[in-house]
Amino acid sequence: MPSNALALWRQYRFERRMFWRNRSAAFFNFLLPLIFLALFGAIVHGHQNELDVIVPGIAGMSVMSTTFTALAYNLTFMREQGILKRIRGTPLPSGVYLGGLALNAVTNTAIQIAIVVVAGRVFFNLGWPPQPLTLVVFVIAGVAAFALLGAALSHAIPSFESAPAVVNGVFVPVILISGVFFDVKHVPGFLRDIAQALPLEPLINGLTGGLVAGHGSIGHHLTALAVIGFWALVGVVLAVRGFSWEAHRA
Amino acid sequence: MMAAMASTEAAIEVRELRKSYGELEAVRGIEFSVSRGEIYGLLGPNGAGKTSTVEILEGYRERTSGHVSVLGFDPTDRPRELRARIGIVLQSSGIYNYATVAEAIAHFASFYPHPRDVDEVIGLTGLVEKRGDRARNLSGGQRRRLDLALALIGDPELIFLDEPTTGFDPAARHAAWQTIRSLRDLGKTVLLTTHYLDEAQELADRVAIIKGGRILAEGSPSELGVGAGSRYRVAYTDRDGAVSVVETDDPTSLLHELTGEALAQGERLRSLSVTRPSLEDVYLELTADA
Repeated sequence: MPSNALALWRQYRFERRMFWRNRSAAFFNFLLPLIFLALFGAIVHGHQNELDVIVPGIAGMSVMSTTFTALAYNLTFMREQGILKRIRGTPLPSGVYLGGLALNAVTNTAIQIAIVVVAGRVFFNLGWPPQPLTLVVFVIAGVAAFALLGAALSHAIPSFESAPAVVNGVFVPVILISGVFFDVKHVPGFLRDIAQALPLEPLINGLTGGLVAGHGSIGHHLTALAVIGFWALVGVVLAVRGFSWEAHRA
Repeated sequence: MMAAMASTEAAIEVRELRKSYGELEAVRGIEFSVSRGEIYGLLGPNGAGKTSTVEILEGYRERTSGHVSVLGFDPTDRPRELRARIGIVLQSSGIYNYATVAEAIAHFASFYPHPRDVDEVIGLTGLVEKRGDRARNLSGGQRRRLDLALALIGDPELIFLDEPTTGFDPAARHAAWQTIRSLRDLGKTVLLTTHYLDEAQELADRVAIIKGGRILAEGSPSELGVGAGSRYRVAYTDRDGAVSVVETDDPTSLLHELTGEALAQGERLRSLSVTRPSLEDVYLELTADA
Protein backbone atom coordinates (compact mmCIF):
# COMPACT_ATOMS: atom_id res chain seq x y z
CA MET A 1 0.00 0.00 0.00
CA PRO A 2 1.51 3.36 -0.93
CA SER A 3 2.15 5.70 1.99
CA ASN A 4 -0.45 8.36 2.62
CA ALA A 5 1.96 11.20 1.90
CA LEU A 6 2.86 9.71 -1.47
CA ALA A 7 -0.79 9.01 -2.26
CA LEU A 8 -1.68 12.60 -1.35
CA TRP A 9 1.03 13.94 -3.63
CA ARG A 10 -0.14 11.75 -6.50
CA GLN A 11 -3.76 12.75 -6.00
CA TYR A 12 -2.76 16.41 -5.90
CA ARG A 13 -0.73 16.10 -9.10
CA PHE A 14 -3.62 14.31 -10.79
CA GLU A 15 -6.10 17.02 -9.74
CA ARG A 16 -3.72 19.72 -10.99
CA ARG A 17 -3.35 18.03 -14.35
CA MET A 18 -7.12 17.69 -14.69
CA PHE A 19 -7.59 21.33 -13.68
CA TRP A 20 -5.34 22.58 -16.46
CA ARG A 21 -6.99 20.25 -19.00
CA ASN A 22 -10.23 22.18 -18.74
CA ARG A 23 -8.59 25.15 -20.42
CA SER A 24 -11.47 27.57 -20.57
CA ALA A 25 -12.25 27.06 -16.87
CA ALA A 26 -8.58 27.44 -15.90
CA PHE A 27 -8.19 30.54 -18.08
CA PHE A 28 -11.18 32.38 -16.65
CA ASN A 29 -10.28 31.31 -13.15
CA PHE A 30 -7.14 33.42 -13.37
CA LEU A 31 -8.50 36.04 -15.71
CA LEU A 32 -11.40 37.02 -13.45
CA PRO A 33 -9.39 38.80 -10.71
CA LEU A 34 -7.31 40.48 -13.42
CA ILE A 35 -10.46 41.74 -15.18
CA PHE A 36 -11.81 43.13 -11.92
CA LEU A 37 -8.49 44.75 -11.09
CA ALA A 38 -8.26 46.31 -14.54
CA LEU A 39 -11.86 47.57 -14.50
CA PHE A 40 -11.80 49.02 -11.03
CA GLY A 41 -8.29 50.30 -11.50
CA ALA A 42 -9.58 52.28 -14.48
CA ILE A 43 -12.72 53.45 -12.67
CA VAL A 44 -10.94 54.76 -9.57
CA HIS A 45 -7.78 55.78 -11.40
CA GLY A 46 -5.80 58.33 -9.46
CA HIS A 47 -7.66 57.83 -6.17
CA GLN A 48 -5.16 55.91 -4.07
CA ASN A 49 -7.53 55.58 -1.10
CA GLU A 50 -10.01 53.76 -3.37
CA LEU A 51 -7.28 51.55 -4.79
CA ASP A 52 -6.27 50.69 -1.24
CA VAL A 53 -9.80 49.28 -0.79
CA ILE A 54 -10.17 47.54 -4.14
CA VAL A 55 -6.94 45.52 -4.12
CA PRO A 56 -7.47 43.74 -0.78
CA GLY A 57 -11.16 43.42 -1.65
CA ILE A 58 -10.32 41.52 -4.81
CA ALA A 59 -7.77 39.45 -2.90
CA GLY A 60 -10.56 38.45 -0.48
CA MET A 61 -12.91 37.67 -3.33
CA SER A 62 -10.19 35.50 -4.90
CA VAL A 63 -9.83 33.48 -1.70
CA MET A 64 -13.59 32.94 -1.61
CA SER A 65 -14.00 32.05 -5.29
CA THR A 66 -11.06 29.61 -5.43
CA THR A 67 -12.15 27.72 -2.32
CA PHE A 68 -15.80 28.23 -1.39
CA THR A 69 -17.23 28.53 -4.91
CA ALA A 70 -14.87 26.03 -6.53
CA LEU A 71 -15.32 23.30 -3.89
CA ALA A 72 -19.10 23.73 -3.68
CA TYR A 73 -19.26 23.23 -7.47
CA ASN A 74 -16.69 20.47 -7.73
CA LEU A 75 -17.95 18.38 -4.85
CA THR A 76 -21.53 18.64 -6.10
CA PHE A 77 -20.43 17.68 -9.61
CA MET A 78 -18.34 14.72 -8.45
CA ARG A 79 -21.04 13.51 -6.10
CA GLU A 80 -23.73 13.72 -8.79
CA GLN A 81 -21.46 12.03 -11.35
CA GLY A 82 -20.66 9.19 -8.97
CA ILE A 83 -16.93 9.96 -8.93
CA LEU A 84 -16.93 10.23 -5.13
CA LYS A 85 -18.68 6.87 -4.81
CA ARG A 86 -16.25 5.22 -7.19
CA ILE A 87 -13.24 6.57 -5.29
CA ARG A 88 -14.80 5.40 -2.03
CA GLY A 89 -14.78 1.83 -3.34
CA THR A 90 -10.99 1.87 -3.81
CA PRO A 91 -8.32 1.55 -1.10
CA LEU A 92 -7.43 5.25 -1.43
CA PRO A 93 -8.15 6.70 2.04
CA SER A 94 -10.98 9.24 1.98
CA GLY A 95 -8.89 11.85 3.79
CA VAL A 96 -6.12 11.57 1.20
CA TYR A 97 -8.59 12.02 -1.62
CA LEU A 98 -10.30 15.05 -0.07
CA GLY A 99 -6.89 16.45 0.88
CA GLY A 100 -5.89 16.29 -2.79
CA LEU A 101 -9.01 18.23 -3.77
CA ALA A 102 -8.36 20.83 -1.06
CA LEU A 103 -4.69 21.29 -2.01
CA ASN A 104 -5.72 21.78 -5.61
CA ALA A 105 -8.07 24.58 -4.55
CA VAL A 106 -5.44 26.13 -2.28
CA THR A 107 -2.94 26.18 -5.13
CA ASN A 108 -5.37 28.28 -7.15
CA THR A 109 -5.78 30.62 -4.18
CA ALA A 110 -2.02 31.06 -3.91
CA ILE A 111 -1.68 31.81 -7.63
CA GLN A 112 -4.50 34.37 -7.52
CA ILE A 113 -3.12 36.09 -4.43
CA ALA A 114 0.26 36.27 -6.14
CA ILE A 115 -1.41 37.87 -9.20
CA VAL A 116 -3.14 40.44 -7.00
CA VAL A 117 0.04 41.25 -5.06
CA VAL A 118 2.07 41.72 -8.24
CA ALA A 119 -0.67 43.82 -9.84
CA GLY A 120 -0.87 45.92 -6.67
CA ARG A 121 2.87 46.53 -6.84
CA VAL A 122 3.12 47.13 -10.59
CA PHE A 123 -0.11 48.99 -11.39
CA PHE A 124 -1.63 50.34 -8.19
CA ASN A 125 1.24 51.87 -6.21
CA LEU A 126 0.73 49.54 -3.24
CA GLY A 127 4.33 48.42 -3.05
CA TRP A 128 5.17 44.93 -1.83
CA PRO A 129 2.99 43.77 1.08
CA PRO A 130 4.07 45.75 4.16
CA GLN A 131 2.89 43.00 6.56
CA PRO A 132 3.60 39.69 4.83
CA LEU A 133 2.92 37.69 8.02
CA THR A 134 -0.57 39.23 8.35
CA LEU A 135 -1.21 38.48 4.69
CA VAL A 136 -0.17 34.82 5.02
CA VAL A 137 -2.06 34.23 8.27
CA PHE A 138 -5.27 35.68 6.88
CA VAL A 139 -5.00 33.85 3.57
CA ILE A 140 -4.55 30.58 5.46
CA ALA A 141 -7.45 31.32 7.82
CA GLY A 142 -9.66 32.42 4.93
CA VAL A 143 -8.81 29.34 2.88
CA ALA A 144 -9.63 27.04 5.78
CA ALA A 145 -12.96 28.70 6.58
CA PHE A 146 -14.13 29.09 2.98
CA ALA A 147 -13.01 25.64 1.85
CA LEU A 148 -14.93 23.99 4.71
CA LEU A 149 -17.99 26.18 4.13
CA GLY A 150 -17.88 25.34 0.42
CA ALA A 151 -17.78 21.61 1.22
CA ALA A 152 -20.67 22.13 3.65
CA LEU A 153 -22.71 24.07 1.09
CA SER A 154 -22.27 21.30 -1.50
CA HIS A 155 -24.32 18.99 0.75
CA ALA A 156 -27.21 21.42 0.61
CA ILE A 157 -27.19 21.58 -3.21
CA PRO A 158 -29.75 19.09 -4.50
CA SER A 159 -28.41 18.70 -8.06
CA PHE A 160 -25.62 19.97 -10.27
CA GLU A 161 -28.16 21.93 -12.34
CA SER A 162 -29.06 23.99 -9.28
CA ALA A 163 -25.44 24.53 -8.19
CA PRO A 164 -24.84 27.86 -10.02
CA ALA A 165 -28.01 29.37 -8.57
CA VAL A 166 -27.27 28.24 -5.01
CA VAL A 167 -23.57 29.14 -5.07
CA ASN A 168 -24.06 32.54 -6.70
CA GLY A 169 -27.02 33.19 -4.43
CA VAL A 170 -24.52 33.10 -1.56
CA PHE A 171 -21.39 34.43 -3.28
CA VAL A 172 -22.76 37.56 -4.96
CA PRO A 173 -24.59 39.11 -1.95
CA VAL A 174 -21.63 38.35 0.32
CA ILE A 175 -19.07 40.05 -1.96
CA LEU A 176 -21.42 43.03 -2.42
CA ILE A 177 -21.93 43.74 1.28
CA SER A 178 -18.41 42.81 2.41
CA GLY A 179 -16.63 45.76 0.84
CA VAL A 180 -14.93 44.09 -2.11
CA PHE A 181 -15.63 47.03 -4.38
CA PHE A 182 -16.02 49.90 -1.92
CA ASP A 183 -15.13 50.79 1.60
CA VAL A 184 -17.43 48.94 3.99
CA LYS A 185 -17.88 52.28 5.83
CA HIS A 186 -20.28 53.33 3.05
CA VAL A 187 -22.57 50.34 3.68
CA PRO A 188 -25.74 50.96 5.77
CA GLY A 189 -25.32 50.03 9.43
CA PHE A 190 -27.39 46.86 9.59
CA LEU A 191 -25.79 45.46 6.42
CA ARG A 192 -22.37 46.29 7.81
CA ASP A 193 -23.22 44.38 11.00
CA ILE A 194 -24.21 41.38 8.93
CA ALA A 195 -21.07 41.67 6.80
CA GLN A 196 -18.85 41.87 9.87
CA ALA A 197 -20.43 38.72 11.28
CA LEU A 198 -19.76 36.83 8.02
CA PRO A 199 -16.22 35.68 7.17
CA LEU A 200 -15.44 37.74 4.05
CA GLU A 201 -15.46 41.24 5.59
CA PRO A 202 -13.07 40.20 8.40
CA LEU A 203 -10.88 38.49 5.80
CA ILE A 204 -10.68 41.67 3.70
CA ASN A 205 -10.02 43.60 6.91
CA GLY A 206 -6.99 41.40 7.63
CA LEU A 207 -5.82 41.36 4.01
CA THR A 208 -5.92 45.17 4.02
CA GLY A 209 -3.53 45.07 6.95
CA GLY A 210 -1.27 42.72 5.01
CA LEU A 211 -1.38 44.51 1.66
CA VAL A 212 -1.76 48.21 2.43
CA ALA A 213 0.71 50.19 4.53
CA GLY A 214 -0.58 51.90 7.66
CA HIS A 215 -3.37 49.46 8.57
CA GLY A 216 -1.65 47.90 11.50
CA SER A 217 0.06 44.59 12.11
CA ILE A 218 -1.66 41.31 12.89
CA GLY A 219 -2.37 42.41 16.46
CA HIS A 220 -4.83 45.01 15.13
CA HIS A 221 -6.91 42.39 13.34
CA LEU A 222 -7.40 39.74 16.03
CA THR A 223 -11.20 40.22 16.20
CA ALA A 224 -11.39 39.68 12.46
CA LEU A 225 -9.24 36.56 12.82
CA ALA A 226 -11.53 35.27 15.57
CA VAL A 227 -14.63 35.70 13.37
CA ILE A 228 -12.94 33.75 10.55
CA GLY A 229 -11.91 31.07 13.06
CA PHE A 230 -15.50 30.79 14.25
CA TRP A 231 -16.70 30.23 10.67
CA ALA A 232 -13.99 27.62 10.15
CA LEU A 233 -15.39 25.71 13.14
CA VAL A 234 -18.93 26.02 11.79
CA GLY A 235 -17.57 24.79 8.46
CA VAL A 236 -15.90 21.73 10.03
CA VAL A 237 -19.08 20.68 11.80
CA LEU A 238 -21.36 21.17 8.79
CA ALA A 239 -18.93 19.69 6.27
CA VAL A 240 -18.27 16.55 8.30
CA ARG A 241 -21.80 15.96 9.56
CA GLY A 242 -23.46 16.41 6.21
CA PHE A 243 -20.86 14.66 4.10
CA SER A 244 -22.34 12.32 1.53
CA TRP A 245 -20.41 10.23 -0.96
CA GLU A 246 -23.35 9.65 -3.23
CA ALA A 247 -26.22 11.53 -4.75
CA HIS A 248 -29.58 11.16 -3.04
CA ARG A 249 -32.06 10.13 -5.63
CA ALA A 250 -35.74 9.68 -5.06
CA MET B 1 -1.61 -16.37 -8.68
CA MET B 2 -4.35 -15.65 -6.21
CA ALA B 3 -6.37 -18.59 -7.49
CA ALA B 4 -3.64 -20.90 -6.28
CA MET B 5 -4.33 -19.68 -2.75
CA ALA B 6 -7.39 -21.96 -2.91
CA SER B 7 -8.81 -21.19 0.47
CA THR B 8 -11.71 -23.42 1.44
CA GLU B 9 -13.51 -20.44 2.89
CA ALA B 10 -16.25 -19.02 0.67
CA ALA B 11 -15.59 -15.68 -1.06
CA ILE B 12 -18.97 -14.36 0.10
CA GLU B 13 -21.20 -15.60 2.94
CA VAL B 14 -24.60 -14.05 3.53
CA ARG B 15 -26.97 -15.30 6.23
CA GLU B 16 -30.32 -13.90 7.30
CA LEU B 17 -29.50 -10.54 5.75
CA ARG B 18 -32.06 -7.81 6.30
CA LYS B 19 -32.11 -4.17 5.28
CA SER B 20 -34.85 -1.67 6.06
CA TYR B 21 -35.20 1.92 4.91
CA GLY B 22 -37.62 3.29 7.46
CA GLU B 23 -40.84 1.36 6.93
CA LEU B 24 -39.65 -0.27 3.73
CA GLU B 25 -38.02 -3.67 4.11
CA ALA B 26 -35.88 -3.94 0.99
CA VAL B 27 -34.02 -7.13 1.95
CA ARG B 28 -35.89 -9.75 3.98
CA GLY B 29 -33.66 -12.56 5.12
CA ILE B 30 -31.43 -13.33 2.15
CA GLU B 31 -28.95 -16.22 2.37
CA PHE B 32 -26.39 -17.36 -0.13
CA SER B 33 -22.74 -18.12 -0.44
CA VAL B 34 -20.33 -17.71 -3.33
CA SER B 35 -17.34 -20.02 -3.68
CA ARG B 36 -13.98 -18.81 -4.84
CA GLY B 37 -13.65 -18.78 -8.61
CA GLU B 38 -17.38 -18.85 -9.10
CA ILE B 39 -19.54 -16.46 -11.14
CA TYR B 40 -22.69 -15.99 -9.11
CA GLY B 41 -25.68 -14.16 -10.54
CA LEU B 42 -28.31 -12.22 -8.64
CA LEU B 43 -31.25 -12.01 -10.99
CA GLY B 44 -34.41 -10.06 -10.40
CA PRO B 45 -36.59 -7.17 -11.49
CA ASN B 46 -35.83 -3.57 -10.52
CA GLY B 47 -36.49 -2.92 -6.86
CA ALA B 48 -36.05 -6.58 -5.91
CA GLY B 49 -33.34 -5.84 -3.36
CA LYS B 50 -30.34 -6.73 -5.57
CA THR B 51 -28.58 -3.40 -5.33
CA SER B 52 -29.20 -3.08 -1.58
CA THR B 53 -27.69 -6.53 -1.05
CA VAL B 54 -24.67 -5.83 -3.24
CA GLU B 55 -24.02 -2.39 -1.75
CA ILE B 56 -23.98 -3.93 1.73
CA LEU B 57 -21.35 -6.40 0.51
CA GLU B 58 -19.36 -3.57 -1.11
CA GLY B 59 -19.37 -1.56 2.12
CA TYR B 60 -21.51 1.30 0.81
CA ARG B 61 -24.47 0.56 3.09
CA GLU B 62 -24.94 -0.83 6.56
CA ARG B 63 -27.15 -3.83 7.06
CA THR B 64 -30.05 -3.77 9.49
CA SER B 65 -29.31 -7.30 10.70
CA GLY B 66 -27.80 -10.61 9.66
CA HIS B 67 -24.32 -11.97 9.00
CA VAL B 68 -22.14 -10.95 6.08
CA SER B 69 -18.59 -11.96 5.26
CA VAL B 70 -16.61 -10.86 2.20
CA LEU B 71 -13.19 -12.53 1.76
CA GLY B 72 -13.36 -13.13 5.51
CA PHE B 73 -13.99 -9.46 6.36
CA ASP B 74 -17.06 -7.66 7.64
CA PRO B 75 -17.51 -5.03 4.91
CA THR B 76 -19.32 -2.58 7.24
CA ASP B 77 -16.09 -1.02 8.51
CA ARG B 78 -14.72 -0.80 4.95
CA PRO B 79 -11.28 -2.14 5.92
CA ARG B 80 -8.64 -0.88 3.53
CA GLU B 81 -7.23 -4.37 3.03
CA LEU B 82 -10.62 -5.57 1.81
CA ARG B 83 -10.98 -2.61 -0.55
CA ALA B 84 -7.57 -3.52 -2.00
CA ARG B 85 -8.80 -7.04 -2.80
CA ILE B 86 -12.14 -6.28 -4.42
CA GLY B 87 -13.11 -4.48 -7.63
CA ILE B 88 -16.42 -2.71 -8.01
CA VAL B 89 -18.29 -1.84 -11.19
CA LEU B 90 -21.21 0.34 -10.17
CA GLN B 91 -24.37 0.76 -12.21
CA SER B 92 -23.35 4.24 -13.20
CA SER B 93 -20.44 6.26 -12.04
CA GLY B 94 -18.48 9.12 -13.48
CA ILE B 95 -14.83 9.29 -14.37
CA TYR B 96 -12.64 12.37 -14.54
CA ASN B 97 -13.83 13.79 -17.87
CA TYR B 98 -10.48 15.22 -18.84
CA ALA B 99 -8.40 12.15 -18.06
CA THR B 100 -7.40 9.85 -20.88
CA VAL B 101 -8.19 6.15 -20.63
CA ALA B 102 -4.55 5.27 -19.92
CA GLU B 103 -4.13 8.09 -17.36
CA ALA B 104 -7.25 7.15 -15.43
CA ILE B 105 -6.23 3.48 -15.29
CA ALA B 106 -2.64 4.33 -14.32
CA HIS B 107 -3.85 6.70 -11.59
CA PHE B 108 -6.19 4.09 -10.13
CA ALA B 109 -3.34 1.56 -10.27
CA SER B 110 -1.47 3.77 -7.79
CA PHE B 111 -4.19 3.15 -5.16
CA TYR B 112 -3.42 -0.58 -4.95
CA PRO B 113 -0.56 -2.54 -3.39
CA HIS B 114 -0.17 -5.00 -6.30
CA PRO B 115 -1.80 -3.57 -9.41
CA ARG B 116 -1.94 -5.33 -12.74
CA ASP B 117 -0.05 -3.93 -15.69
CA VAL B 118 -1.89 -0.94 -17.21
CA ASP B 119 -1.40 -2.06 -20.81
CA GLU B 120 -2.52 -5.58 -19.99
CA VAL B 121 -5.79 -4.28 -18.50
CA ILE B 122 -6.30 -1.96 -21.48
CA GLY B 123 -5.93 -4.99 -23.74
CA LEU B 124 -8.18 -7.19 -21.62
CA THR B 125 -10.99 -4.64 -21.76
CA GLY B 126 -10.59 -3.91 -25.47
CA LEU B 127 -9.58 -0.28 -25.08
CA VAL B 128 -6.27 -0.39 -26.99
CA GLU B 129 -7.45 2.00 -29.71
CA LYS B 130 -8.97 4.34 -27.13
CA ARG B 131 -6.07 4.51 -24.71
CA GLY B 132 -5.23 8.14 -25.57
CA ASP B 133 -8.86 9.32 -25.72
CA ARG B 134 -10.37 11.42 -22.95
CA ALA B 135 -13.13 9.82 -20.93
CA ARG B 136 -15.64 12.47 -21.99
CA ASN B 137 -15.22 11.45 -25.64
CA LEU B 138 -15.94 7.75 -25.10
CA SER B 139 -19.20 6.09 -26.15
CA GLY B 140 -21.44 4.55 -23.51
CA GLY B 141 -20.09 1.06 -24.16
CA GLN B 142 -16.48 2.26 -24.06
CA ARG B 143 -17.11 4.04 -20.76
CA ARG B 144 -18.49 0.79 -19.37
CA ARG B 145 -15.32 -0.99 -20.45
CA LEU B 146 -13.29 1.71 -18.73
CA ASP B 147 -15.42 1.08 -15.61
CA LEU B 148 -14.42 -2.56 -15.81
CA ALA B 149 -10.77 -1.66 -16.42
CA LEU B 150 -10.72 0.57 -13.32
CA ALA B 151 -12.23 -2.29 -11.29
CA LEU B 152 -9.65 -4.78 -12.58
CA ILE B 153 -6.49 -2.70 -12.31
CA GLY B 154 -5.97 -3.55 -8.63
CA ASP B 155 -5.93 -7.28 -9.51
CA PRO B 156 -8.91 -8.01 -7.23
CA GLU B 157 -9.84 -11.50 -6.11
CA LEU B 158 -13.52 -10.63 -6.10
CA ILE B 159 -15.33 -8.42 -8.58
CA PHE B 160 -18.80 -6.93 -8.19
CA LEU B 161 -20.55 -6.25 -11.47
CA ASP B 162 -23.81 -4.33 -11.11
CA GLU B 163 -25.83 -4.46 -14.34
CA PRO B 164 -22.66 -4.51 -16.44
CA THR B 165 -24.29 -4.46 -19.88
CA THR B 166 -27.38 -2.30 -19.38
CA GLY B 167 -27.79 -0.08 -22.41
CA PHE B 168 -25.40 -2.07 -24.62
CA ASP B 169 -26.11 -3.02 -28.22
CA PRO B 170 -25.99 -6.79 -28.93
CA ALA B 171 -22.42 -6.75 -30.28
CA ALA B 172 -21.13 -4.81 -27.27
CA ARG B 173 -22.93 -7.19 -24.91
CA HIS B 174 -21.30 -10.22 -26.45
CA ALA B 175 -17.91 -8.54 -26.24
CA ALA B 176 -18.53 -7.71 -22.57
CA TRP B 177 -19.60 -11.27 -21.85
CA GLN B 178 -16.40 -12.51 -23.41
CA THR B 179 -14.43 -10.25 -21.09
CA ILE B 180 -16.39 -11.42 -18.04
CA ARG B 181 -15.79 -15.05 -19.00
CA SER B 182 -12.10 -14.27 -19.20
CA LEU B 183 -12.26 -13.20 -15.54
CA ARG B 184 -13.19 -16.76 -14.68
CA ASP B 185 -10.11 -17.97 -16.54
CA LEU B 186 -8.06 -15.61 -14.38
CA GLY B 187 -9.48 -17.36 -11.32
CA LYS B 188 -11.58 -14.41 -10.17
CA THR B 189 -14.79 -14.64 -8.22
CA VAL B 190 -17.60 -12.55 -9.67
CA LEU B 191 -20.87 -11.42 -8.14
CA LEU B 192 -23.04 -10.32 -11.03
CA THR B 193 -26.38 -8.56 -10.71
CA THR B 194 -28.55 -8.38 -13.77
CA HIS B 195 -32.13 -8.22 -14.88
CA TYR B 196 -31.26 -9.91 -18.15
CA LEU B 197 -32.01 -13.61 -18.13
CA ASP B 198 -29.78 -14.41 -21.06
CA GLU B 199 -26.92 -12.69 -19.29
CA ALA B 200 -27.34 -14.83 -16.18
CA GLN B 201 -27.72 -17.94 -18.31
CA GLU B 202 -24.62 -17.13 -20.38
CA LEU B 203 -22.29 -16.18 -17.56
CA ALA B 204 -23.32 -17.46 -14.16
CA ASP B 205 -22.35 -20.78 -12.62
CA ARG B 206 -25.20 -20.32 -10.16
CA VAL B 207 -28.11 -17.93 -10.08
CA ALA B 208 -30.36 -16.68 -7.30
CA ILE B 209 -33.69 -15.25 -8.40
CA ILE B 210 -34.61 -12.37 -6.10
CA LYS B 211 -37.90 -10.61 -5.71
CA GLY B 212 -39.38 -8.57 -2.92
CA GLY B 213 -36.17 -8.85 -0.89
CA ARG B 214 -36.20 -12.66 -0.85
CA ILE B 215 -34.48 -15.39 -2.81
CA LEU B 216 -37.19 -17.33 -4.63
CA ALA B 217 -34.97 -19.95 -6.25
CA GLU B 218 -31.29 -20.76 -6.46
CA GLY B 219 -29.21 -23.11 -8.58
CA SER B 220 -27.30 -23.44 -11.82
CA PRO B 221 -29.17 -21.96 -14.80
CA SER B 222 -29.88 -25.46 -16.15
CA GLU B 223 -30.93 -26.85 -12.75
CA LEU B 224 -33.33 -23.96 -12.26
CA GLY B 225 -34.92 -24.84 -15.57
CA VAL B 226 -35.63 -28.44 -14.52
CA GLY B 227 -35.89 -27.88 -10.81
CA ALA B 228 -38.50 -29.40 -8.58
CA GLY B 229 -42.02 -28.32 -9.36
CA SER B 230 -41.21 -27.18 -12.85
CA ARG B 231 -43.07 -29.00 -15.50
CA TYR B 232 -42.59 -30.43 -18.93
CA ARG B 233 -44.60 -29.03 -21.75
CA VAL B 234 -45.87 -31.38 -24.46
CA ALA B 235 -47.29 -29.75 -27.60
CA TYR B 236 -48.74 -31.30 -30.78
CA THR B 237 -51.17 -30.53 -33.56
CA ASP B 238 -54.25 -32.75 -33.50
CA ARG B 239 -56.21 -34.02 -36.51
CA ASP B 240 -58.41 -30.90 -36.62
CA GLY B 241 -55.27 -28.78 -36.96
CA ALA B 242 -55.63 -27.31 -33.47
CA VAL B 243 -52.50 -26.94 -31.33
CA SER B 244 -52.73 -28.69 -28.00
CA VAL B 245 -50.36 -27.91 -25.13
CA VAL B 246 -50.30 -30.14 -22.07
CA GLU B 247 -48.16 -29.55 -19.01
CA THR B 248 -47.10 -32.50 -16.96
CA ASP B 249 -44.68 -33.62 -14.30
CA ASP B 250 -44.53 -37.05 -15.93
CA PRO B 251 -43.94 -36.73 -19.66
CA THR B 252 -43.22 -40.45 -20.09
CA SER B 253 -46.71 -41.69 -19.34
CA LEU B 254 -48.35 -38.75 -21.09
CA LEU B 255 -46.41 -39.47 -24.25
CA HIS B 256 -47.21 -43.17 -24.00
CA GLU B 257 -50.88 -42.36 -23.72
CA LEU B 258 -50.88 -39.83 -26.57
CA THR B 259 -48.87 -41.91 -28.98
CA GLY B 260 -50.79 -45.08 -28.11
CA GLU B 261 -54.06 -43.36 -28.86
CA ALA B 262 -52.78 -41.91 -32.11
CA LEU B 263 -51.43 -45.24 -33.30
CA ALA B 264 -54.67 -47.03 -32.44
CA GLN B 265 -56.57 -44.56 -34.57
CA GLY B 266 -54.02 -44.64 -37.37
CA GLU B 267 -53.20 -40.97 -36.97
CA ARG B 268 -50.00 -39.02 -36.66
CA LEU B 269 -49.23 -36.49 -33.98
CA ARG B 270 -47.88 -33.64 -36.07
CA SER B 271 -45.42 -31.09 -34.66
CA LEU B 272 -44.97 -33.12 -31.48
CA SER B 273 -42.52 -31.48 -29.08
CA VAL B 274 -41.47 -31.94 -25.48
CA THR B 275 -39.79 -28.95 -23.86
CA ARG B 276 -38.44 -28.24 -20.45
CA PRO B 277 -39.09 -24.78 -19.11
CA SER B 278 -36.21 -22.41 -19.74
CA LEU B 279 -34.71 -20.21 -17.06
CA GLU B 280 -36.85 -17.50 -18.55
CA ASP B 281 -40.06 -19.46 -17.92
CA VAL B 282 -39.00 -20.12 -14.32
CA TYR B 283 -38.09 -16.52 -13.84
CA LEU B 284 -41.32 -15.18 -15.28
CA GLU B 285 -43.36 -17.65 -13.25
CA LEU B 286 -41.52 -16.82 -10.00
CA THR B 287 -41.45 -13.08 -10.44
CA ALA B 288 -44.98 -12.71 -11.79
CA ASP B 289 -47.16 -10.63 -9.51
CA ALA B 290 -49.55 -12.90 -7.67
